[in-house]
Amino acid sequence: MAEQKVSFKLNGKAVAVSVEARELLIHTLRERLATTGPHIGCETSHCGACTVDIDGMSVKSCTVLTVQCQDADMLTVEGLEQTTGLHALQEAFHTEHALQCGYCTPGMITRAYRLLKETPDPTEEEIRYWMAGNLCRCTGYQNIVKAVQSAVKKMAAA
Amino acid sequence: MGNSAETLEREAKLQGIGTSRLRKEDARFIRGQATYVDDIKLPGMLVGAIVRSPYAHANIKSINKAKALAVPGVVAVLVADDLKPVNLAWMPTVGGDVQAVLADKKVCFQMQEVAMVIATDRYAAADGVAAVEVEYEELPAIVDPHKSMAPDAPIIRPDIADKTEVGHGPRTHPNHIFTWEAGDKAATDAVFASAAVTVREEILNPRVHPCPLETCGCVASFNKASGELTVHLTTQIPHLVRTVLAMLSGIAESKIRVIGGDVGGGFGNKVPIYPGYVVAVVASIVTGVPIKWIESRIENISTTGFARDYHGIGELAATKDGRITGLRFSALADHGAFNSHISATKLPAGLFSICTGSYDIPNAYCRVDAVYTNKAPGGVAYRCSLRVTEAVYLIERMIDILAQKLGIDKAEIRRRNFVKKEQFPYTTAFGWTLDSGNYHPALEQALKAVDYEGLRREQAEKRAKGELMGIGICTFTEIVGAGPTKVCDILGIGLFDSCEIRVHPTGSVMARLGTMSTGQGHATTYAQIIATELGLPSEDIQIEEGDTDKAPYGAGTWGSRSTPVSGAATARCARKIMDKARKIAAHLLEVGEGDLEWEVDRFKVKGNPSQVKTMKEVCLASHTSNIPPGMEQGLNAVDYYDPPNLTFPFGTYVCVVDIDRYTGEVKVRRFYALDDCGTRINPMIIEGQIHGGLTEAFAVAMGQQIPFDESGNHLGNSLMDYFLPTAVETPKWETDFTVTPSPHHPLGAKGVAESPHVGGIPCFSNAVVDAFAHLGVTHMDMPYNSFRVWQQCKALGISTR
Repeated sequence: MAEQKVSFKLNGKAVAVSVEARELLIHTLRERLATTGPHIGCETSHCGACTVDIDGMSVKSCTVLTVQCQDADMLTVEGLEQTTGLHALQEAFHTEHALQCGYCTPGMITRAYRLLKETPDPTEEEIRYWMAGNLCRCTGYQNIVKAVQSAVKKMAAA
Repeated sequence: MGNSAETLEREAKLQGIGTSRLRKEDARFIRGQATYVDDIKLPGMLVGAIVRSPYAHANIKSINKAKALAVPGVVAVLVADDLKPVNLAWMPTVGGDVQAVLADKKVCFQMQEVAMVIATDRYAAADGVAAVEVEYEELPAIVDPHKSMAPDAPIIRPDIADKTEVGHGPRTHPNHIFTWEAGDKAATDAVFASAAVTVREEILNPRVHPCPLETCGCVASFNKASGELTVHLTTQIPHLVRTVLAMLSGIAESKIRVIGGDVGGGFGNKVPIYPGYVVAVVASIVTGVPIKWIESRIENISTTGFARDYHGIGELAATKDGRITGLRFSALADHGAFNSHISATKLPAGLFSICTGSYDIPNAYCRVDAVYTNKAPGGVAYRCSLRVTEAVYLIERMIDILAQKLGIDKAEIRRRNFVKKEQFPYTTAFGWTLDSGNYHPALEQALKAVDYEGLRREQAEKRAKGELMGIGICTFTEIVGAGPTKVCDILGIGLFDSCEIRVHPTGSVMARLGTMSTGQGHATTYAQIIATELGLPSEDIQIEEGDTDKAPYGAGTWGSRSTPVSGAATARCARKIMDKARKIAAHLLEVGEGDLEWEVDRFKVKGNPSQVKTMKEVCLASHTSNIPPGMEQGLNAVDYYDPPNLTFPFGTYVCVVDIDRYTGEVKVRRFYALDDCGTRINPMIIEGQIHGGLTEAFAVAMGQQIPFDESGNHLGNSLMDYFLPTAVETPKWETDFTVTPSPHHPLGAKGVAESPHVGGIPCFSNAVVDAFAHLGVTHMDMPYNSFRVWQQCKALGISTR
């Protein structure tokens, strides 16, 4: 099958790949761009383990074609840590014991990052509602909610 | 000594047993830098994908590979005939049966493995799968296990049709696997015949799936030059897998290396050895390059590791005041098309006979009949020990049913039947010796915490208004920590476990264990045990599991056995090191060992507190010539622990639900969970495990079931249909605890992660049924989705205004 050239920005850096039109973004990220933070949990858009941030929106990368991403500005969990240190959400997931097996964690944190951009001080109900596209089998969500709340406080104080 | 601010500060710095130390393993996960099996990429690696049967039961008339082999990127197509030269078309199961690795002449369940396409990438592999032509001749399928043993039932397994047994005693029908029983049938029958009161109920534990967020998969890499096989695997039992691979392949076990790496949740799904792994291994041996096989979510739910499918009948006999005098439980077990049910050799129905629960029941008998059906094979323990959820579910439902029949309060009937504190260690009618327990105070603490009397008053008021409110109580006893090697083995290998500790000259530690974390926080918990035992900071204690070339042999992580078995090995191993350290300290201080006392992280000379050697000083000294004459250098030890008994965690859970009788919607208003897991090593991790276990209990009770039509077609095997709760539905959990240490565990710890699942499911059921109890309802089968609950309301004539 013929390949197409696609270029976009990934975690602040310009990247270019040559892919078949049918290739899904999650496979391009994981297998061509060594970005294995986003995971595959269902391939049907239900679990959210593959969540990445594209042009200011949370997107499940298992249901986006790479060729749709020309010129996109993309962020994955790998792009959250800055030279100044971990993102407040990464720190909070650790301090609030919001992860166990860790498989959902990159998607959860990436989703929470966008949630807090859109709603900087969400209620618990809002957190639960806006995080419902990301499934976790280990934590029961209680500590994930606490982590998001804790990150909100830290970010407000910063 | 021991309590000064200075010693307390030193103790706090260790971050040892009892502290909610943050997890040591988190750093890589929060950065997206963990290494799960699908993250592994080896040079020259090819990808395997499986061709699966569209039919639940069919003969295979022909398989044509030609078109698939012509697909660009496809390298090979393997079918059963290709596996026969290496004797791997079939594999033995731990249940004493054999299982087709790739279907040999017929398929016995929908989605069964028929062929594997090997290709350069996943897209080419998928193209190849679509191009393999298989001609089937459909056969009538058996979906309902109650029909398996009918005289005219189609024979599912002609390969063993004339075998009189498949591992566990005589068979009475070609679709019969085994009948297992325990207890005294005659004595129990006599008690029932003369009992003042008896109750009986049919109770289903439906077929469900553990559904960890990461599916199963492997990367198999055979090196033709060295003859060594390395398998990166989603597994909870790396060492047992290595042994089985050696048995299957004929490769020396010393040339096989299984690596668990990071595993994205297990919950029982990652205990078995699946056909996909075996074909990937064969494909790597044949092609000489690494082969990756990762199942999709639909393949995961359809074929690997279902749980339950126990069709139970519960019976209790009792006096008029509610004292249980006899218990009779049976179950028809649907094991699917092959008996790859996970169980210990001598326990074909697992630990089902723990079904007397927390109660002092003098006479008991139970029986399990296992049968074949045209469904996916196996039966794993979904976040529980083998068949313990089924057992606890039966007793905790039945005691409620008895209470309703007698008009006794559901808390009160438990008080009357509990094993009393002074009866421990208590041996049940089935012969299990419950190590420790203190049930009455736990129940009272729970009832007080939720204001039970107040809830019952509120319920009475709501009932008067026609509203539905249910209060569920569950007072479970679990059985975990398999187990004594005399009782428990798999393929002849005893279920002991192990720990090896190496202390470095500067006082940091490397410890390796035979267990396998799939998210439980082992790197933290074990480090805390060693920190307290050796007086060295947990921060500097590294834990490694899952690489069979490095770790000592063990039976892995399942059945809440890590802390009860490997945790004990860890403490004992540290104590061996401590014995040597004490000798070195005595030598350095020029006193007798008996003149020393231990304080947090150092040895002190009794009566001369200025004479001190810290553990760190001893660590360095142990690597010098300044040690007792004849002693070897180093501070290393290994311990293999064969527990004298299992451990028996318990708890009291209370659930309050409000049900909308017009829509059937069940709202969990409150869920309170009191757990007693003995000594608590890391309370933060324990609470996290309880949150997760309760959420998985909620999932099972409220929505999980793998449905089939009459032809054996799956009716829901993606996450569109199979219920995994989101943050929105999941209730908020209140946790509480009591501490009753295990008398036989070196630390008094019992294991905890499965209690909330095992105890949670009946608690939800008891709450939902309790909401209808005043209307004469004694039981409703799970799952309690709105449609089903609405059907109950409709049947009672209360669903319309």
